Amino acid sequence: MEADTETQVLFERPQAMQPVRMHYCPGCTHGIVHRLLAEVMDEFDLVERSVGVAPVGCAVFAYEYFTCDMLEAAHGRAPAMATGVKRVRPDLFVFAYQGDGDLASIGIAETIHAAARGENISIIFINNAVFGMTGGQMAPTTLPGMRTSTTPEGRDLKLAGNPMRVCELLAALDGPAYLARVAVTNPRRVREAKRAIRRAFQAQLDELGFSLVEVLSTCPTRWGMPPLDALKWLDDNMVPYYPIKEFVVAEGLAEAE
Amino acid sequence: MRKMIEGSRAVAEAVGLCRPDVISAYPITPQTHIVEDLSQMVADGDIDAQYVRVESEHSAASVCLGAVAAGSRAYSATTSQGLMLMAEVLYNIAGMRLPLVITGVNRALSAPLSIWNDHQDTMALRDTGWLQLYAENSQEVLDMHIQAYKISEDDRVLLPVMVCMDGYVLTHTYESVDMPTQEEVDAFLPRYDPLYKLDPDDPYTLGAFADPSLYQEMRYEIQQDALGSKAVIKEAARDFKASFGRWMGDVLDPYQCDDAETIFIGLGTVVGTLKEWVDVKRGQGEKVGALKLRCFRPFPLEELREALGNAKRVVVVEKAVGVGAYGIVAAEVRAALYGQANMPPVTCAMAGLGGRDITFETFEEMLKRAQAGESDFFAGMRAELLEAS
Repeated sequence: MEADTETQVLFERPQAMQPVRMHYCPGCTHGIVHRLLAEVMDEFDLVERSVGVAPVGCAVFAYEYFTCDMLEAAHGRAPAMATGVKRVRPDLFVFAYQGDGDLASIGIAETIHAAARGENISIIFINNAVFGMTGGQMAPTTLPGMRTSTTPEGRDLKLAGNPMRVCELLAALDGPAYLARVAVTNPRRVREAKRAIRRAFQAQLDELGFSLVEVLSTCPTRWGMPPLDALKWLDDNMVPYYPIKEFVVAEGLAEAE
Repeated sequence: MRKMIEGSRAVAEAVGLCRPDVISAYPITPQTHIVEDLSQMVADGDIDAQYVRVESEHSAASVCLGAVAAGSRAYSATTSQGLMLMAEVLYNIAGMRLPLVITGVNRALSAPLSIWNDHQDTMALRDTGWLQLYAENSQEVLDMHIQAYKISEDDRVLLPVMVCMDGYVLTHTYESVDMPTQEEVDAFLPRYDPLYKLDPDDPYTLGAFADPSLYQEMRYEIQQDALGSKAVIKEAARDFKASFGRWMGDVLDPYQCDDAETIFIGLGTVVGTLKEWVDVKRGQGEKVGALKLRCFRPFPLEELREALGNAKRVVVVEKAVGVGAYGIVAAEVRAALYGQANMPPVTCAMAGLGGRDITFETFEEMLKRAQAGESDFFAGMRAELLEAS
């Protein structure tokens, strides 16, 4: 029988991913983003020379899911800690994985200054418009009128301020080499998200400077809706407020594709 | 009115009854229910306060500082890492002599990461100039917040108060509490009438530069008023009893200590477990007592001397470690007793770190090792883990 000799592995778990069950809620898109990150690490052959920085938030256990070295940060301090690692070991690939509470709220200063310095690190930023882990409180990225446990009547802009568009904010700086906002709500967008993560990684590998990919994500648990409804809600509500696009592409990066 | 509610809810309702003007907080486990309940109460119009959702605890503390400086009553709550992030501003609040109450929900510090209870976080802030009260149960933590504003805003004190409550053990458990009415609290705690505040018609500068010719005297005054606040804390407890009929101690609360040969000292919820255990031991004819250290700052030096004077042995149940030295509370208890006639040996038993349960078995181990003459040790250890490393 010749069939056996023609058997090929067409799909498998990336080497960069631990073979463990994740703690994320059903329907949460953290899992997809973890997978994309791991696939790109594999494709660039980075597993043996990467250091990831895990945040405080739902992804606090990210160190359980990747096979590279991981460092757990104090809340919001991942860009500064990643800076320290990268300065000592510029030969390593250094990334941070952070949510909107970690990156845009308590750690916004670290984020802005790492970007302004043009630190040669890469950040995956999960924006699901809510503090998931602590119980669904208002985040800096919570949409106007959106109900959370600390805006029970909906986010009133007069009382609770305006949402922050992180990519647009960072795009005003000269440090970033690559900034993009993506979503993972359907297969086409997942592919586009992976392409953005590839370009962000490429920016670091080419020593072009700071790179960040903002991924619009769902939180079915804290939004209080089934996973499919959450995907639709994201497309209908978050995408108009947070446009999906590349904000900064450093000169020279495009040719690297 | 008696209610069966979560400890966090009891705090939120008590704070609401104190009529804060400004509430500012950043959510952190296991403090979240307190600030969520308060945001709901503000949204429902039950509390006439501004609720400021800030980006970090550092800003939460700073918003409160500004709000009090402008002459209002403010509130925040946090825990562990959040409390550490507040630390810089907490020194400023005390140094500017601004009355404020925050709830310090007790939780272990990173690393390793832990969300469970111990006392390392608030103990690290014992020298900030904040007064620190530790609550045993839901009723006490509820009552303590009402007393805390009274103490903090007293012209003889003008120092902030941190009400410390054990994470999960107290924040997430349901107990029956007697919730006072708004009228009762209003009668006990009048609206805040600041001695001084930011006001262009009567200008002040707060937090100004103090060169070496001034700084030491300003710190001296903080120290004197912090020490003197002990009398105000006692007065508040007495007045509270007169108004509400409840007494859970002032700076200390002794339980079966009068004839006790061995006195265990604890802070917070562990005192409840200690009292149960003392009952069991008394039933077996052993003269054991429990002493609740309700107020850690100011440190009740004279009161401890008196309470411990006749004991043959003292065991301090420590839920924090003065790493590189001893248990933090035990070191201070020893200092208090130093040089006293018939000074009892003080054993420092560190336990319950990172949320490990302290049970009757833990107390039995502490007692045995104290009787055997051990002075400083960790109790309730998993020997197999240490051997493995």
